[in-house]
Amino acid sequence: MKYAFYPGCSLEVNAAAYDVSVRAVARVLGIELVELDDWNCCGATEYFSQDELTACAVIARNLALVEPSMDQLTAPCAACFLNLKKVDRLMAEHPELGGRINEALAAGGLHYDPGRVRVRHLLELIHTDVGEEAIKARVVRPLTGLRVAPYYGCQVVRPYKDVDDPEYPVKMDELFKWLGAEVVDYPVKSHCCGGHMTQISEPEAFELIRRLLQSAREYDTDVIACLCPMCQLNMDAYQSRVNGMFNTSFSIPVLYFTQLLGLALGLPEKELGFGKEIVPAGPVIRAKVAAC
Amino acid sequence: MAERVGVYVCHCGSNIAGMVDCEAVARWAKENVSDVVVSRDYKFMCSSLGQAMIEEDIRKEGLTRVVVAACSPHLHEKTFRRACSNAGLNPYLMQMCNIREHVSWVAQDRDAATDKARSLVSASVARVRRQKPLEPMKVTVNPRTLVVGGGIAGLQATLELADAGYPVVLVERSPSIGGHMAQFDKTFPTLDCSACILTPKMSEAYQHENVTLYSYAELEEVSGSVGSFKVRIRKRARSVKEDLCTGCGACIEKCPRKVVDNDFEVGLGYRKAIYMPFPQAVPKIPVIDRENCTWFQRGKCRVCEKMCQPGAIDYDQQDEIIELDVGNIILATGWKLFDCSRLPQYGYGRLANVFTNMEFERLCNAAGPTGGRIVLRDGKTEPASVAIVHCVGSRDKNHNEHCSAVCCMAALKFGHLVLEKTGAEVYSFYIDMRTNQKMYEEFYCRLLEEGMHFIRGRVAEITDAARLPGEEGKLIIQCEDTLLGRQRRIPVDMVVLMGALEPQADAKELGLRCGISCSMAGWYTERHPKLDPVATMTDGVFVAGACQGAKDIPAAVAQGAAAAARVMGMITKGTVEIEPVTASIDEEGCSGCRICNNMCPYNAIEYDAGRNVSRVITALCKGCGTCVAACPAGVITGAHFNNEQIGAEIEGILWDAGAAAARAGAASGHAAAV
Repeated sequence: MKYAFYPGCSLEVNAAAYDVSVRAVARVLGIELVELDDWNCCGATEYFSQDELTACAVIARNLALVEPSMDQLTAPCAACFLNLKKVDRLMAEHPELGGRINEALAAGGLHYDPGRVRVRHLLELIHTDVGEEAIKARVVRPLTGLRVAPYYGCQVVRPYKDVDDPEYPVKMDELFKWLGAEVVDYPVKSHCCGGHMTQISEPEAFELIRRLLQSAREYDTDVIACLCPMCQLNMDAYQSRVNGMFNTSFSIPVLYFTQLLGLALGLPEKELGFGKEIVPAGPVIRAKVAAC
Repeated sequence: MAERVGVYVCHCGSNIAGMVDCEAVARWAKENVSDVVVSRDYKFMCSSLGQAMIEEDIRKEGLTRVVVAACSPHLHEKTFRRACSNAGLNPYLMQMCNIREHVSWVAQDRDAATDKARSLVSASVARVRRQKPLEPMKVTVNPRTLVVGGGIAGLQATLELADAGYPVVLVERSPSIGGHMAQFDKTFPTLDCSACILTPKMSEAYQHENVTLYSYAELEEVSGSVGSFKVRIRKRARSVKEDLCTGCGACIEKCPRKVVDNDFEVGLGYRKAIYMPFPQAVPKIPVIDRENCTWFQRGKCRVCEKMCQPGAIDYDQQDEIIELDVGNIILATGWKLFDCSRLPQYGYGRLANVFTNMEFERLCNAAGPTGGRIVLRDGKTEPASVAIVHCVGSRDKNHNEHCSAVCCMAALKFGHLVLEKTGAEVYSFYIDMRTNQKMYEEFYCRLLEEGMHFIRGRVAEITDAARLPGEEGKLIIQCEDTLLGRQRRIPVDMVVLMGALEPQADAKELGLRCGISCSMAGWYTERHPKLDPVATMTDGVFVAGACQGAKDIPAAVAQGAAAAARVMGMITKGTVEIEPVTASIDEEGCSGCRICNNMCPYNAIEYDAGRNVSRVITALCKGCGTCVAACPAGVITGAHFNNEQIGAEIEGILWDAGAAAARAGAASGHAAAV
């Protein structure tokens, strides 16, 4: 299983734990990730509101960088994933826009035909391509007794409906069941984390984060599992600020799903970026997950 | 001798003329197509004036063939065949050329459409010149009718026919007749008790001298055709001898095995392993659920046998196959409920106090698991607030595009019952309120006055994630109120999802068995949506009730009666004409290989061992053509669809009309050969 790999900026800095755990887990599961040579920032959510053509061209450049020998591209970050997928679709649905994007790409000697690359989120690769049987066969340290709340957020499951159920996704739930964890079926798993709203208006953003933490706690969650650096940052880094603003006492570790997956596959914690989270996960992991 | 062909191009008002230059097509046919001696266009060819025009031409111009370029033969083939007959022309020498459904309704370019109409007319003329006169066969109509499905629509059809003095065989899949209506508490808008109006019909049907009821039975196979169908019914083993059972119920009472009743009580109540679905079941004969019976599963028990005084328990009973001859078949197989857990954001199956409409019917029902008390899943707490969510799985492109037609009124009925039985506040979350039958709007106004709250907007989600004060421990309905133009959150104790009515899971399969088709959504297709709503494309097979499309009780009853009336018409007439479009085998060339015997889907080919030839049983043949194509010797001919006719039609359609016209012009007006 060989895929072109777009890590995205977050994984280089704040989501370093995602980066190392993605690469480690991929190695164990036999997923070969070929990092794009000279990839650039996807522009996140902001660029589209400034200048659509430039935003698209910036993203399309990454699609154009996928080697001709490969037809699938994966991104671990939800925003990067959606941007790449969206631009591929926009170019297919609006040939005129596609033409202008390719004019821009031509300045760098590049070209992209929409539909050539299938953009897929890392969760799909693990859940669908590797699949239940292969994953279960590799579990050496089951997450028995660990109450994991899978958190999907918005961008992996919406607006496109082909990854999972857009209203009530289940693929991460299934994955954690295969790993032996107790999956928390809580109602807000695909509600918004606030995204970049923290930079614009903290009260609104913190209220959105509070709702997620509140529901996770009501459902007796040990750890929240994320698949997006933005979601992880919001719930983890702002947790104490949220506690301050709402006079709450949340203390729920927020990890990347690949970190927990790696743990179940028997990889050592230090190879999975454990310890980089702000609300420490160590105590609950040590208490609940048996050493292998 | 050359044929004298008349071509009649219909405008169909503007239906055809809006896209096809009908006058040009008619003129062109006369000038260019061989043997066309008369060619006319007319506003409505199917009108009496249009028909009279054709009849007059047949008489005065001595036409020997007629082509009518108009709509689909499904609509007016009979009309024009009759017109030809009236004028003394064999009706099978008339050919319909469909330039409405196949041209004007699907085309966007007038010139291209007109060209295509020319090609089709050319094909029809080429074909009709080679058609042969045929005589329809007359078949006696067996007065016995098969009704499939014992819900309210099937019961109505059964009783109408039986009361008129005709024998009816009623086949019902479940152990009792009654259908969904037997599960309901009240019926809208009159609020009369569902059981009170249904159960008399059930027992009347059972006791009727003209009705034979097979319950716990299914229609397995249908052969033959209108007037003389042969049907095979599998009567599943009840493990109880119907002739000996008195329905005393001692076996049920003493049966030690209790199981959740997922059928009649939709999971809210229990029944025994030997059971009747409900106390008023008809027939009043229990059935053993072998999958849950201790004797069948573990080889111990036999308590019911010991308790049964008349000795009716029969553990060794086998399925029984019943073969019958019937003249007509009415399918009244009803609907099934949408699986509400397919909308996970509404929490059904995850949030305890989210109920489906069918569950709520049982909660309201005095004979139901709670004795008619409206309580939460814990079985005791009365809700202080109830939300009713419309259109769950209906009017939703992700699931069913159709409107389920009954839910608005059922929701209003539920609202009334909640207000009557509890002190709860009731909220209806609707998209559009559809109350367009007699006394329905009045019922809606009544609920407005009774204080039911109406919020217009599709529910986004139902959650137990409390956010605001007052939401703790409640189910919160998140919804855009499209009249206020803002988001609202309504905390309630109980939610009722108005799940969609869907076609039965095996509707398509049963339809195929009877030779009828389903719409894209899975409802049975009627012959004409407006003018022939209970007949189907297969003569002698009728549909009634919700199997034809979601509908409420009054509409289902009307269709049941309508289907019965259609069948009575056939029986009273006594005979029916069958299309002489059948296959025939040239026995001279037949080698007796019998390939066609096995290919025939209607078992209409028999083998004569003495002469080593196969022979078509004309009365059973439907003219499908399978054997014609399969015969390795090429000695089977399909009447009205023989190779010469089909070949001519293809040649006609491929004929380059433009070039021919040009050639015709060059040759100073000589008609081009087809």
